[in-house]
Amino acid sequence: MYAQLVETGVKSIKPRSEMSEQERAFQEKIDSEIKIEAKNWMPDAYRQTLIRQISQHAHSEIVGMLPEGNWVTRAPTLKRKLQLMAKIQDEAGHGLYLYSAMETLGADRDEEIAKLHSGRAKYSSIFNYPTLNWADMGAVGWLVDGAAIVNQVVLQRTSYGPYSRAMVRICKEESFHQRQGYEILLTMMREGNQAQKDMVQDAINRLWWPALMMFGPSDEHSPNSAQSMAWKIKRQSNDELRQRFIDQTIPQLELLGCTCPDPDLTWNAERGHYDFGEIQWDEFYEVLKGNGPCNQERVATRRKAIEDGAWVREAAVAHARKKTNKNAA
Amino acid sequence: MNTRSELIQYLLRLGDSALVQGQRLCQWCGRAPALEEELALMNVGLDLVGQARNWLDYAAELLDDGRDADHLAFRRDERAYRNLLLVEQPNGDFAVTMLKQFLYDAWHLEVLKGLAQSSDERIAGIAAKAVKEVTYHLRRSSEWVERLGDGTEHSHQRMLEAIPLLWRFTVELISGDDSENHLHGAGIIADPAQVASAWQATVTRIFASATLPLPPAPSHFYLDARRGLHSEHLGILLAEMQALPRAYPDATW
Repeated sequence: MYAQLVETGVKSIKPRSEMSEQERAFQEKIDSEIKIEAKNWMPDAYRQTLIRQISQHAHSEIVGMLPEGNWVTRAPTLKRKLQLMAKIQDEAGHGLYLYSAMETLGADRDEEIAKLHSGRAKYSSIFNYPTLNWADMGAVGWLVDGAAIVNQVVLQRTSYGPYSRAMVRICKEESFHQRQGYEILLTMMREGNQAQKDMVQDAINRLWWPALMMFGPSDEHSPNSAQSMAWKIKRQSNDELRQRFIDQTIPQLELLGCTCPDPDLTWNAERGHYDFGEIQWDEFYEVLKGNGPCNQERVATRRKAIEDGAWVREAAVAHARKKTNKNAA
Repeated sequence: MNTRSELIQYLLRLGDSALVQGQRLCQWCGRAPALEEELALMNVGLDLVGQARNWLDYAAELLDDGRDADHLAFRRDERAYRNLLLVEQPNGDFAVTMLKQFLYDAWHLEVLKGLAQSSDERIAGIAAKAVKEVTYHLRRSSEWVERLGDGTEHSHQRMLEAIPLLWRFTVELISGDDSENHLHGAGIIADPAQVASAWQATVTRIFASATLPLPPAPSHFYLDARRGLHSEHLGILLAEMQALPRAYPDATW
């Protein structure tokens, strides 16, 4: 999930009897699966929650360029370099779609980005982990984009129209990247030497748990979920999505011939699901608070990019103004 | 030198230049002044690395010594690289990057237009596709040179500082050598003199509309990328780019 722990600002769900007429009409629309559009009335808390969620999602796409940017200059073949460049380009595009979707809610892109740079807005915890070998590019594609897809496929049915439509476009491209990521790992495992196979297992060992954390806190510790579900911003719970991800990913892991860094992972025939070990929630909350391995570097890089580029943006504005004046004269 | 080895050298010049310029653009990842620029810089880089692969594929076929395009890209040392000196220069700030891109694009488009008419069908095919991409690159980089040159006082100043950093390397763009004249005579590539004058016309026009002073023509300064005599920047660029294939020479990626 690219948006974790999104505050709704709502302590408990309002019973229908306490809703205003407007609120009731809104909830009825949601219940009958009618998409909410930019010009429709919506509760302020719904608007604010969506702004937080979509901006978090957009920030994740942008910060998510950095762990891959770390290897784009070192990709080992021309084909892999081209794939990675295409992927990074798509991510910038996804960021643009999402900021546009967010702006339909009346939010301002620059203001939301300023919140990211001052540490007031979150992005996915996964991008605070370093990419330490080339196999990380495969593992990020396979596990991280894989987790994002499990989440985003459901978000295609989210109640806010512009967000839902952005998800449809994004999912198509993400699925492509995920297959490419898996193919990077498969090639290294099937045709690679021992050093390459070790890289693959090492990447999985480091990224497995952080990928599971992408789905957010467990349901019992997810106080904002109930409201998000009632508004159909979220369509399935964190734990449901995480379980689905694990169930579909373990066979892929086995096909690679790799192991899972979870000694408690076992198939539970009775449930028809994999049981798995406890996530290190302390780590999750620390990373989300800014104390992960790369939080400082990621935010500093983004802040520097925007600060260093201020004169470029100012020049573009000044030039456009001159041109308009010239045309008017 | 026979035509075949002259052609190989020329293909390496095209492929290496596109690859090195693409590599420089990769270094911008996550660091551009706006999100739209992240997209555009990576898009241009992607086009260029794609073109590099096409040229190096063909060079490898003609070399016919068991090396493929990847081998040429990732296992040759700087003395064997044939890219333009211009494109190996560091990114600097956005003014340096965009001016470099523009000076290269203006040359690149003329070269490709000529190659699209090549008597060598393989070259004509690759160039025809690349012309479309580079037409876009040139439009974009020209616009940035104009925006920055004729934007704010500060951006104008930064462009003034970028010009001397890059200008002397343009000597390579306007001076053909015997082997290129020979390839032109064989109907394979554009006339280097014609490329030079078209390049000068584009640069003169865009500098004027960007309110930038056009420096006098650069003169030869004893580096020569055609002979693998590069600036000190290329070695470091290649060390980074080639690290993995060098460390694991038997690996399949």
